[in-house]
Amino acid sequence: MKDVSNKIKTSLWLLLITIGVLILTLGNVEASDPTGIATYGASDSVAGLKYAVNFSWTLLGAFLVFIMQAGFALLGGFLRQKNMLSYMAHCFIDATFGAMVFYFIGFGLMFGGSKLAPGLENGSSIFGCDGFMLLGKAYDVQTIMLWLFQMVFATKTVSIIAGAVAERLKFGAYLTYSFFVCGIIYPIYGHWVWGGGWLSTLPFGSGVKDFAGCACVHTIGGILALVGAWVLGPRKGKYNPDGTANPIPGHNMVFVVIGTILLAFGWFGFNAGSTLAATDLRISIIASNTFIAAAAGASIMLFYTWATTGYIDVAFICNGALAGLVAITAPCAYVAPWAAVVIGVLAGLAMRGTVWLVEVKMKIDDPLGAVAVHATNGIWGMLAVGLFADGTYGGVNGLITGSGWQLLAQFIGTVVAMAWAFAWGFGLFAIMKYHLNLRVSDLVESEGLDTHIHGSPCYPVESGLVTLSGIPVEEVRREEEVQISLLERALSKDATREKIYSEKLGRWVYALVKPGKTPKK
Amino acid sequence: MKKIEAIIRPEKFNIVRDALTELGYPGMTVIEVKGHGSQKGISEVWRGRRYRVDLLSKIKLEITVKDSDVEKIVNTIISESQTGSIGDGKIFVFNVENVYRIRTKESGEAAV
Repeated sequence: MKDVSNKIKTSLWLLLITIGVLILTLGNVEASDPTGIATYGASDSVAGLKYAVNFSWTLLGAFLVFIMQAGFALLGGFLRQKNMLSYMAHCFIDATFGAMVFYFIGFGLMFGGSKLAPGLENGSSIFGCDGFMLLGKAYDVQTIMLWLFQMVFATKTVSIIAGAVAERLKFGAYLTYSFFVCGIIYPIYGHWVWGGGWLSTLPFGSGVKDFAGCACVHTIGGILALVGAWVLGPRKGKYNPDGTANPIPGHNMVFVVIGTILLAFGWFGFNAGSTLAATDLRISIIASNTFIAAAAGASIMLFYTWATTGYIDVAFICNGALAGLVAITAPCAYVAPWAAVVIGVLAGLAMRGTVWLVEVKMKIDDPLGAVAVHATNGIWGMLAVGLFADGTYGGVNGLITGSGWQLLAQFIGTVVAMAWAFAWGFGLFAIMKYHLNLRVSDLVESEGLDTHIHGSPCYPVESGLVTLSGIPVEEVRREEEVQISLLERALSKDATREKIYSEKLGRWVYALVKPGKTPKK
Repeated sequence: MKKIEAIIRPEKFNIVRDALTELGYPGMTVIEVKGHGSQKGISEVWRGRRYRVDLLSKIKLEITVKDSDVEKIVNTIISESQTGSIGDGKIFVFNVENVYRIRTKESGEAAV
């Protein structure tokens, strides 16, 4: 343990020195417009006012997308109480550490060469190479506004995965995948679609059109979530020996509903903010399409669950709204409101179908339904652009105007996203599984990740019934280690014990241990 | 008739309950309790300080059984909930004067 922390210390020092040298050498190169005065122009110019209005709009959009992180964190109501803190830690660390990774590495890879703002000149159609750490010419009001807006998008992508791998993933593995997603996987694909890369310049239709991130954010995140959940394996007790699934109820539906509302609110910034301009009045239609799709997705799930189960399942209604929101993310600017209804309804149904497909057919345990909401609807949203785009914005024409070329471009963009995410996902998770065993131990999984990984429960005990006293760390470690190893051994025996189907109870139970004998392995 | 009160680890509760159902005792009273015997407690951290929580969560099962079944039930509970680590729990056996079933007004061993 000691030499690992020494290695970490030396590498952190080396990293710090490298970054310091970079900043000192590059920081002195002339910045483009860090004060914004040159961009604004003459003090009472209309052009300057346009810049101000567009800046305000885009920044507001970025702030709204950030509040979506609170929405993601609250969806942890779908999990058990003992694991809530670890899921919320994943969401919060995605927003903070993910932002750091995007600042240092991601932004440069994603937007270098896009020439969307000063300092983003160098790059190819495969990856960008300019604007790292916002130094030099990238130290400009426009570039940094773009960085903020794009950074909050990157953090959403990686938060999607947290929902599928919740309750059983080791923290080191989580931090590793978080680093790779924000640093390489998301930026490179984003460069292809938004950074002036080869997908945006495809000779079919208008090239791949992903207005706010169906493919970049949701398909990439959703497919990575699928692969992660599959490689990681289901939670203990989720699947019986005959393959049937057991429900594992969450602990707080209040959080789920409030979280969904926060996400929907933030989605206004996600979609409408993606115009990067308030002078582009299409924002009213974009925002409305966004909400219509959410409402349609929720409404169809309302009637679906009522009709099929007799219960009005609030969890599914919330996920239906989220499904609609994901699906409308690509087409929001290009379609008419009636199309948003169709997209939202089909998104809700696609989500429900995927829940069945993933949980029952593929036997993959996805606690939050991240794959159903994000992967499927990321794909559906991209294809919907090719179907429903009516040519009123950006010259994007879909099948309803008679042209099938856009659909082809969208299809290619989607397939590339899926392949990229599958490849990286398998590579990352399989290598991590082989080298550091992705899962926490059986003891940690049954007692909850909160106390074992994060040191305290998410909902600390009322102090009336608990005596608290500070204690020296070494004394604690020694005593605890012996007992913990005994518990570990006993609980891992449980995990591999034989299970039988009990007629009396109508479910699977552990086979009885003969009293006096130790349990069979 | 005897009443068995068993204080066991929460993670073993489901296993013990299923085992008791298999043995013909599906009914029980379950209470979430806090306490400790010789188990010292677990340590947690709060804002950098390590502290000890010494009242630990356990599950208390109360079942009333026929005299002839006491041995079997106690042994089943012990073998299903044992881990070897301190904090496995204790079982107490009490004498019961009478048992009544409210729905049918039965009493005695028939009501167990």
